[in-house]
Amino acid sequence: MSEATAPDTPNPWRRRALLLAPLVVAGGAGLGFYAMLRGLGTGSYDPRGVPSALIGKAPPDFSLPPLEGADRPGLSAADLHGQGRPVLVNFFASWCVPCVIEHPQMMRLSRAGVPVFGVAYKDKPQDSLGFLQRHGNPYARLGVDLPGRVAIDWGLYGVPETYLIDKSGVIRWRWAGPVTEDTLTQDLEPLLRRYA
Amino acid sequence: MMRLLQALFLALLLAGPALAAVGDPAEQLPDPVLEERARAIGRELRCMVCQNQSIEDSDADLARDLRRIVREQVAAGRTDAQVLDYLYDRYGDFVLLRPRFTLATALLWGMPVIALLGGGLLILAMRRRAPAAAPAELTEAERARLSRIEGGSDRPIAGGVGGTAANGPKA
Repeated sequence: MSEATAPDTPNPWRRRALLLAPLVVAGGAGLGFYAMLRGLGTGSYDPRGVPSALIGKAPPDFSLPPLEGADRPGLSAADLHGQGRPVLVNFFASWCVPCVIEHPQMMRLSRAGVPVFGVAYKDKPQDSLGFLQRHGNPYARLGVDLPGRVAIDWGLYGVPETYLIDKSGVIRWRWAGPVTEDTLTQDLEPLLRRYA
Repeated sequence: MMRLLQALFLALLLAGPALAAVGDPAEQLPDPVLEERARAIGRELRCMVCQNQSIEDSDADLARDLRRIVREQVAAGRTDAQVLDYLYDRYGDFVLLRPRFTLATALLWGMPVIALLGGGLLILAMRRRAPAAAPAELTEAERARLSRIEGGSDRPIAGGVGGTAANGPKA
């Protein structure tokens, strides 16, 4: 206050910067929103998506009984490594509509020789069996998780969910929601090559 | 018509809010102390399906499963922290409605402090600018003119001052 005798003339650059600041902030926010909208459009950004807590870790220990009549062995944690290649674990249910959407992709992976292991989540065995008879059975192994407790150990929060486990038995990728053709070509196939 | 409305109203009453299902007595622990603890833990846990409710408030299937797990563990004598850890290990930061302070959540937790500091700095900056906006000291001419006005002189003001254009008469 004592410097009032030497009145500081307002620096025109400072003024200009102050005037521009809101514009810069608004521009930044606009760019951010644009990126989010674009991501929503292409599917690379999901505001409800939740990262898995299991990425980089070994799958939980579990052992699930086989599906009666499906002619496939059951699934346990020991089956997930020592395959010499990455494997997929796909949680599905006959009552789940997105599972029908992703099923052709599972069939395609299975035909390509990728070990796809299935877990029937909270599904009556005869319904799971009907689902596989209608849409084909891509699963080399198939466990039945009727109470859904093993799924909780995996951190599952809905079906379908698909996990990629690398050769050494570490979870590298989790996809919550249907594996569409785009997911397959843009995400999953590059990952399968990387961890092959 | 009236009867239909009454039936509808009754149906609405019976359907009740989602809370009704959550208070299902079959789910509760027989011991009220343990049940209260289980509820307190459940209120800390996010329903991963609905995302804006705790598992105690949610009607989702998964929330019911998680409530059951919480109660099993509480009944088995696990501590609150152990139960929360169990779910944290599976579902990560997102499952806790009050996330832990980690590197990933530092910005989230730090935001109030950052906002407060930012606001404080802004106020300081504006206070420093304030003197510049204060009226400048009166010039000699202005002083003379002021004293004339105060002295009640009847001379025309504009004529005697000869000040700057800004001081001229307003036509």
